[in-house]
Amino acid sequence: MHESITRPVPSTGPAAPSASLGRITTQERLRALGMLPVLVLLCIGFTVLTENFAGWQNLSIIAQQASINMVLAAGMTFVILTGGIDLSVGSILSISAVVAMLASLSPQLGMLSVPAALLCGLLFGIVNGALVAFMKLPPFIVTLGTLTAVRGLARLVGNDSTIYNPDIGFAFIGNAEVLGVPWLVIIAFAVVALSWFVLRRTVLGLQIYAVGGNAEAARLSGIKVWVVLLFVYAVSGLLSGLGGVMSASRLYAANGLQLGQSYELDAIAAVILGGTSFVGGTGSIVGTLVGALIIAVLSNGLVLLGVSDIWQYIIKGLVIIGAVALDRYRRKGSART
Amino acid sequence: MPSSDLSDFSGACANPPLLALRNICKTFPGVRALRNVELTAYAGEVHALMGENGAGKSTLMKILSGAYTADPGGECHIDGQRVEIDGPQSARDLGVAVIYQELSLAPNLSVAENIYLGRALQRRGLVARGEMARACEPTLTRLGADFSPVACVSSLSIAQRQLVEIARAVHFEARILVMDEPTTPLSTHETDRLFALIRQLRGEGMAILYISHRMAEIDELADRVTVLRDGCFVGTLDRDHLSQAALVKMMVGRDLSGFYTKTHGQSRQGEVMLSVRDVADGRRVKGCSFDLRAGEVLGLAGLVGAGRTELARLVFGADVRTRGEVRIASPAGLVTLPPGGPRQAIDAGIAYLTEDRKLQGLFLDQSVQENINLIVAARDALGLGRLNRPAARRRTTEAIDTLGIRVAHAQVNVGALSGGNQQKVMLSRLLEIQPRVLILDEPTRGVDIGAKSEIYRLINALAESGVAILMISSELPEVVGLCDRVLVMREGALAGEVRPASSAAETQERIIALATGAAQPAADWTGTPLAAPGNAAAGNATSSMLH
Repeated sequence: MHESITRPVPSTGPAAPSASLGRITTQERLRALGMLPVLVLLCIGFTVLTENFAGWQNLSIIAQQASINMVLAAGMTFVILTGGIDLSVGSILSISAVVAMLASLSPQLGMLSVPAALLCGLLFGIVNGALVAFMKLPPFIVTLGTLTAVRGLARLVGNDSTIYNPDIGFAFIGNAEVLGVPWLVIIAFAVVALSWFVLRRTVLGLQIYAVGGNAEAARLSGIKVWVVLLFVYAVSGLLSGLGGVMSASRLYAANGLQLGQSYELDAIAAVILGGTSFVGGTGSIVGTLVGALIIAVLSNGLVLLGVSDIWQYIIKGLVIIGAVALDRYRRKGSART
Repeated sequence: MPSSDLSDFSGACANPPLLALRNICKTFPGVRALRNVELTAYAGEVHALMGENGAGKSTLMKILSGAYTADPGGECHIDGQRVEIDGPQSARDLGVAVIYQELSLAPNLSVAENIYLGRALQRRGLVARGEMARACEPTLTRLGADFSPVACVSSLSIAQRQLVEIARAVHFEARILVMDEPTTPLSTHETDRLFALIRQLRGEGMAILYISHRMAEIDELADRVTVLRDGCFVGTLDRDHLSQAALVKMMVGRDLSGFYTKTHGQSRQGEVMLSVRDVADGRRVKGCSFDLRAGEVLGLAGLVGAGRTELARLVFGADVRTRGEVRIASPAGLVTLPPGGPRQAIDAGIAYLTEDRKLQGLFLDQSVQENINLIVAARDALGLGRLNRPAARRRTTEAIDTLGIRVAHAQVNVGALSGGNQQKVMLSRLLEIQPRVLILDEPTRGVDIGAKSEIYRLINALAESGVAILMISSELPEVVGLCDRVLVMREGALAGEVRPASSAAETQERIIALATGAAQPAADWTGTPLAAPGNAAAGNATSSMLH
């Protein structure tokens, strides 16, 4: 007979951590690694199958190709963590790029190209946020609407043509390097670092996870839910604007209709591949980084292998499904999707 | 000592047992949930299953219902025949029906569709809704249902939904019915009807396995009681040998006499900390007023649906007040709580423990540390809104120690903890902000006996230290045992106040009488302590209940 009142009572569900008191188990650590093993496997695979994959130049190309998606996916992470979604990031990127190019063409506003684009993205993000936070409309519907309307605005503002300027002040963003590292990569990395800081090290980040995990409990704990929601959609808009700047500076051009089409899908794929739950409350920016790299590595590797465009789409889609299925299987005990 | 000897059992046991489980073991990764458990149930008996949370009752029932598979080596005999339950379907075919606490109904479907869930009748490949509805009618009538088979389940009350679940079991001629804490969401009246129904089913030869934490119910209903502790079978008592003390001792392994006691002193009660005047929401709550003093534990009792939680939420600001004001003590005397939401109340020092911790309180995917620190993190924050992680870790370790939260480490997800430990995490979160007023809504619901006594000890300690506590509870022994006085609500208004009488039983009776309207308050009860100007209307409303 033992004193059951003083002995720890083990939890009885299959998701219970092991009974080693005080230490995080290997099983838990493995789970925390998330998709990293998949990324490593892909890299190894492509290194073996092709001769150019593992070179410094190719890795730099991968990083650059991932950078714009990574910036969008960072904003998307904030939004999905609250249980919402932002389908309009591609359209906001487009109109921000058009605004940046138009400003660069004007002699007075040339200096303000980048701030103007960022402001443009921020404003549309706030519109999304206000509709979700105050009118309590479902994020899917709201951002589906802004996706379409903003795309139209982008065409309107750009006069439905390609704005071209070979002499933009911010060309360094898309083309130059610092100590061998492209500006695109530096910016993406800075965005990831800042996002990580906000999400993991600030009170606001804690509140974002809380709102996503249980909005009613968050409200009853004194959290102002509308502030959190407004913030995450504004961030997503702002980062879409930044993506627009990065995109415009690479292409020296922006077209309201064509730029950014379906960018939101890659952003969402990166976030979900990275382990963030669709219903909010769990996930991390580091996971999104891994997810974005998986997508970029996959695209790059398939091109090096000479796989045709069509097959690239098919394989990419299958990898996304397979990776998420694997992740759910590993986390079988958890009740969240 | 409890015995499994049934020679003096008055039920129908000349026959072989309807259900016999032997050597049931269940192991999860790292945890042995059940160890050589046995259970025997006869046709025509109500067999209660008791034990702390984590004792293995739910696991055992899930094995019986086919949701889990027992480890090899266990045996299950139904009607003397050895059977294998390898899934929910085979359990159903063998005549086992389980009614879970959360009810497994689809609220968007009709009663008949729910009864036939998974077994819908078909005519030429099409669902035969009319036929299903007609087929259910006799069963529903037999059980005394007051709703039609085509009613949508979402429009039914919890008690009615339970009836649908019972109807499902009875309609397909289940012989073993398992009920998991069925009375938790029910009013007293509904509980009585449920018990009458259980007795009816028992008379018809069903074996009813009844899981409950409530002693009073076990006393009233059970023919025999089996107790589990830490996954092991402790023993089975039959009615003649049944006593609360014996059961508690079997469940906990130590003597818990003096379980519900109030140890905080009456004389320590000080100034009025919270003054509520004529608070109403225009629907459920109709103008309530009361005062709450420092060091006092004020109970709020009433039937389910009387409006207790609604009143608490109005006081806290979780719902909008259409009328009335809440005043809180401050250095400058009583000041009105500014309108707004929970944020204002929390900043003023009021903390609220919600009734439903899973839906409204906990973040099940977050760790213990994150749950505990949620509110206080903002106060601890460093510059730039940075989280103060050393402080958070320190607070968590202290809270785990002080409240005795049983958890492997602070990063464990709260969803994996037992009910009692989850409740302790919720309490820690509230206590971290050092509230002056604590509103507890069903603080021990779904909490095992051991954790319950620890929570009572905590409540006493908090009152002793000067916190003003408002406690809503549907468990009368708890209310009577812990509270200095008890307000009783009925149909949205305060029906009266009860001070402890000479015996706990008498106090309980007075509470029930006020709650059901069987009695009127004492002639000298004035309702609102002070008739503030402008509250004459409220004063009339409460005084009209006095005569």
